[in-house]
Amino acid sequence: MGIIKGLQDSYRIAFKDLLEFERNRMGLLFLFLMPFFMLMMTGYIFPTGSSYSNIPVAVVDLDNSALSQQLVTQLHAMNNGSGTNMMVLRDASSVEDAKTLVKQGQIYGALIIPAGFSSDVMQGKQTNITVLSDNSIPQVSMVMQGIGSQIVSMMSAQQAAIEVQMLSVKANQTVNPAAVIAPFKPDMQGTVPGNMSYFNFIAPGLLMMIVMMGAMTGIPRAISHEKEIGTFDGILAAPVNEISIILGKTIAQTVRGFVQGIIVLIIAILVFGVTIQAASIPLAFALLFLGIFSFIGLGILLTSFANNEETAQILMMVLQFPMMFLTGVFFPIQQMPWFMQDLSKVLPLTYAITAMRKVMILNASITDVLPEVALLLVFGTIMLLIAIPVFRRSMTR
Amino acid sequence: MIDKYAIEVQGLTKKFGNFTAVDNVTFNVNEKEIFGFLGPNGAGKSTTIRVLCTLARPTAGDAKVNGYDLIKEPDRVRESIGLVSEKMIMYENLTAAENLRFFGNLYQMPKKKIEEKIDELLGLVNMSEWKNAMIKTYSTGMRQRINVIRALLTEPKVIFMDEPTLGLDPQTTLSIRDLIRDINKKGTTVILTTHAMLEAEVLSDRIAIIDHGKIVAIDTPENLKKILTKEDTTVFSVRIPNLTPSLVGKIQKLDCVAALDQHDAYDLKISARGNEGFDRIIDTIRQDGGNITMINTNEPTLEDVFLSVTGKAMRDQANEKPTTQRRHGPWRAPRARVR
Repeated sequence: MGIIKGLQDSYRIAFKDLLEFERNRMGLLFLFLMPFFMLMMTGYIFPTGSSYSNIPVAVVDLDNSALSQQLVTQLHAMNNGSGTNMMVLRDASSVEDAKTLVKQGQIYGALIIPAGFSSDVMQGKQTNITVLSDNSIPQVSMVMQGIGSQIVSMMSAQQAAIEVQMLSVKANQTVNPAAVIAPFKPDMQGTVPGNMSYFNFIAPGLLMMIVMMGAMTGIPRAISHEKEIGTFDGILAAPVNEISIILGKTIAQTVRGFVQGIIVLIIAILVFGVTIQAASIPLAFALLFLGIFSFIGLGILLTSFANNEETAQILMMVLQFPMMFLTGVFFPIQQMPWFMQDLSKVLPLTYAITAMRKVMILNASITDVLPEVALLLVFGTIMLLIAIPVFRRSMTR
Repeated sequence: MIDKYAIEVQGLTKKFGNFTAVDNVTFNVNEKEIFGFLGPNGAGKSTTIRVLCTLARPTAGDAKVNGYDLIKEPDRVRESIGLVSEKMIMYENLTAAENLRFFGNLYQMPKKKIEEKIDELLGLVNMSEWKNAMIKTYSTGMRQRINVIRALLTEPKVIFMDEPTLGLDPQTTLSIRDLIRDINKKGTTVILTTHAMLEAEVLSDRIAIIDHGKIVAIDTPENLKKILTKEDTTVFSVRIPNLTPSLVGKIQKLDCVAALDQHDAYDLKISARGNEGFDRIIDTIRQDGGNITMINTNEPTLEDVFLSVTGKAMRDQANEKPTTQRRHGPWRAPRARVR
């Protein structure tokens, strides 16, 4: 009887919360806009894939010889011939001229053929082609250096191929020039078919983060809000168990989190072209539930300390920021310095996100994510055991 | 003479840290009476009500509500009471019917009964046509009426009202008072808090004057006023345009002065004891060169009673609400300037 009434009360509180939420137009709009903006803003931070296109680059020919001009022509041909135009090439008369263009933000950098280029080539020396880059902006400099070294090695290979061809003719031997110049060639393959973008990386993490944070922050916010406006007294003065209240609030936040999670998935697939292993969806949803479970205790604990909405908001901010940046939602943990990596290992969200990514993108099975699942279960149980007594006491202070 | 108590309170104490909000309070409330808690903000009225509604745990003492022990049978207590809180207990984005249904369900009321009560209560406050309108579209007066009927939904034997007319216009205040009398006539015990003297006087069968967490007087309004007349006290106002603080001090020191309250720069309200008290005070003012331009004798009011039992004017403390009040926490009213 007690349990049935308790569950009925939870259901009523959850239903009431969801009805209120459904009537809040602005809230509904943000439910949709938030994941959209999150995906859009974070998804475009890093260049997707490794191919460059239309990078503005200047060419400076300081040698101004027949040979250097031939190289410039070859450069143009190669750039146009690659299908996607890697660079948008323009001429600059001097290094100073190129630097001015960089300062004006018109080019990323320049390829400079130094004076004495042709004489070096004639004497059979190895010659330099200078890659000038705007190193005040690390990202731009990285792109320029990447594209510079790629184009220089492509031209070297082309030049070498011609020379190997000539040598082989002289030696009267049949050789494959490419095999002589580069006997080994990297063959890039992923564990998942298809072209992975950065969106594929963030979508599972974002999904997990939104749903779990919904549990962690939604419960305290919902309760402190009711305390603040005074309606909570109405529930507390009714014959309702505290556990029913917290369960009702949790159900409402979970439903809300799931709706938002599904919105994230739909936007990710339809708008940002994320590919998800269809077979993994049931396990992914099970992981979402586990994620919520592991965070409910923390949410309840925070509720006990948050007397009013403002305190609740501040508490949330303090916890949300490290979670967003350290758990590998947006930035791979592997690229962080070691102390940050250690810190991220303490946060349970890290494990939830890692597991989710493995399942959704790599199509991992339950056994592959068993360590993460066990860790989340233990964390969630411990937090609940601490939180419930604290919460019960805090309700009738 | 009284068959049963609706509420029995024994040595009730509630502390917030070092601050004692309710200090060893003992009182009973008879069945079917309107019992008023009168006192300034921060006196402990609301905290007492919160404890009796099981919203706050008492630090010490015992209390029974409708015969149920507050600590041992909280759910029984909850089932038998209604609460009209100072803040409205209604969800803005839900309609009146949805709100009432939600709370009715929490009390396990049968569905049919809930619908009947909703119609009946909305009719009682002339708001039937607003049944399916969201609370956010209501005026202040409508909100307070709906807030009151929420507490009546479960037909409780005891209903607690925390400042039920605070911030309402005079007309709405009157209609809420009528509603409270109606509820009471139908046999419901009403416990209300107020810092409005008049409200306590016109509504309550009995009043407890509470100050700094202690009940300083408890009786019917008539008997409370007799405290003053029994002591043969004359209450009068006097206007002295050239009033000085030293003169106020001199009057204060007279042993025939039961209480003194300075209204503004030149108006004093004085309770004088004994047959010659009045004369002695007037003489003192004259001797000091005080220029009396007006004297009014007053029938003693509850305000005078409050002044007499607490030694200070309630108005001085109740004038302003603190801006950052901790929830029923340790906010101290500023002391009266003149004692």
